Amino acid sequence: MKTTLTICKRELRAYFGSYIAYVLTALFLLLTGGFFYSWLRYFILFGGYVLPSGLWQQVFLDMRYCAMIVLPLVTMRLFAEEKKLGTIELLWTYPVRDLEVVLGKFLGAWLFYVFMLVPTAVAPLVFYTFYQFDLGPFLTGYFGVLLLGTAFIACGMFVSSLTENQVVSAMGTYGILITFWYITWNESVASVAVIEGLLKVSLFDRFLNFARGVVDTQDIVFFVLFVLYFLFLTLASLDARKWRGVGAAS
Amino acid sequence: MIQAHRLTKRFGSFTAIAEVSFRVEEGEIVGFLGPNGAGKSTTMRILGGVFPPTAGYARVAGYDVVDDSLRARQAIGYFPERVALYTDMTVREYLGYVADMKHVPAKEQAREIARVMDRCGVTHMGHRLIGTLSKGYRQRVGIAQALLGQPKVLILDEPTAGLDPEQVTEVRKLIRELRGHSTVILSTHILPEVEATCDRVLIINQGRLLAVDTPRNLNRRLRQLSQIHVEAQAPLVSLLETLRQIDGVVRVEATHTDHNVVAVTVLTDPTKDLRGVIAERVVRQGWPLLEIRPVQLSLEDIFLELVHRPDEVSVNPGG
Repeated sequence: MKTTLTICKRELRAYFGSYIAYVLTALFLLLTGGFFYSWLRYFILFGGYVLPSGLWQQVFLDMRYCAMIVLPLVTMRLFAEEKKLGTIELLWTYPVRDLEVVLGKFLGAWLFYVFMLVPTAVAPLVFYTFYQFDLGPFLTGYFGVLLLGTAFIACGMFVSSLTENQVVSAMGTYGILITFWYITWNESVASVAVIEGLLKVSLFDRFLNFARGVVDTQDIVFFVLFVLYFLFLTLASLDARKWRGVGAAS
Repeated sequence: MIQAHRLTKRFGSFTAIAEVSFRVEEGEIVGFLGPNGAGKSTTMRILGGVFPPTAGYARVAGYDVVDDSLRARQAIGYFPERVALYTDMTVREYLGYVADMKHVPAKEQAREIARVMDRCGVTHMGHRLIGTLSKGYRQRVGIAQALLGQPKVLILDEPTAGLDPEQVTEVRKLIRELRGHSTVILSTHILPEVEATCDRVLIINQGRLLAVDTPRNLNRRLRQLSQIHVEAQAPLVSLLETLRQIDGVVRVEATHTDHNVVAVTVLTDPTKDLRGVIAERVVRQGWPLLEIRPVQLSLEDIFLELVHRPDEVSVNPGG
């Protein structure tokens, strides 16, 4: 547990000790802020008083794209950078379990995501001082965005553990996430049964309920399983060093 | 303290090491010598817990590196061949991270970090980012992190590679100072390194252990003839004649003459030490004796011998 926190601390140090944290946070805030502003304008002009199903749904649905764009850039370095630099070798010589390394890095990226997410609530809260909207759907939406991002991070960390190239790591994660987004894009290309099956595993459709202000335990279970699955895959991928080696064999 | 038993490591169809067995006793400094690609790093990585062997087993401080990996790794300090440190941290921050990773108790950390920084001469670099340090200083920080937590066993993979001669001397001195505190296994492809620092040497080539012995014994076992270098102020012909008459001298070769100083190499029976007799004969002739010393066969010579005629030298694990 303590080792997990040590690794988590080290990851946060890596994010905030370089420009990465600030550039990515700026990008995330720019995108989310832009969407919030445009949807707010839209609903003030045309929306009337259907905030939960209108404004928040649109804002949170757009926020998942922001997360999809930014989070692979957050997770791409987790293992790829250490493999490229060679720092991973020394890490394995410390008395540390693979699981502690995985959880530490995951937690580090996750806390960074929380750090990016918190300021996005500032504009809605300023809005709240003018107009006391119902906080329930708003908080549900945030909970959903947090869960969705957690799933993206788990997925991105796994891809990062497969390669030592950060660009490949980010692109691979985009590939997987876009596939999940895209599989239910056009409902007319597959039979109803197939689409219904796909909807159940589509990250983005699972998120829809949260955006609408609805919490369904099924959705929560899905996200938790998704995260656990990719954590497990990451562990399995790290295990490959046992027969593949680290870096040049000599 | 370190025990390797028939260690074998394969990567796909490539066999990095095969059936490597050796022991290192407590407090010993053992050199692991071989050309690049011989399997030194693979062996060190197995001992360091980076990956397990394909076959065979290894124990460090009594713990199996696979079955009891965490405890084995708790007992070691490891210096990787490629010194890759987190460049975005300062030296002190980095060592603090390592202290946490090695479970050094919180209240001992400050003292322990100060100790290894002092030991490795990086105290004045504590607040510098590792990324801004020179290669020599990074190497020292690498050694400092290995020493942190006072591990029983130090595994140093090419600790002097890429350093300038002065830094090499410093690192060797540092390693010699560890004698008695830690058991050290260090790898190198530089031959004088083991002569300068090690009690015993393991010679490896193409994944196989060729010899295990003290540098001196290897020297003795491989030499067919002992060589003695003699310099005197004497007429060359008479000197050669005088030396040839000594019992046990096989051959005498003139190596150098300069004015009236002559230098000769006397090849002798390796079982006899003829230095005393030679000195006495030269002086009895009234010739000033300027120098007399045994010529050490360098490990370079030994290594070439072993690599080219491995069958003639028996491997003697456990020394």
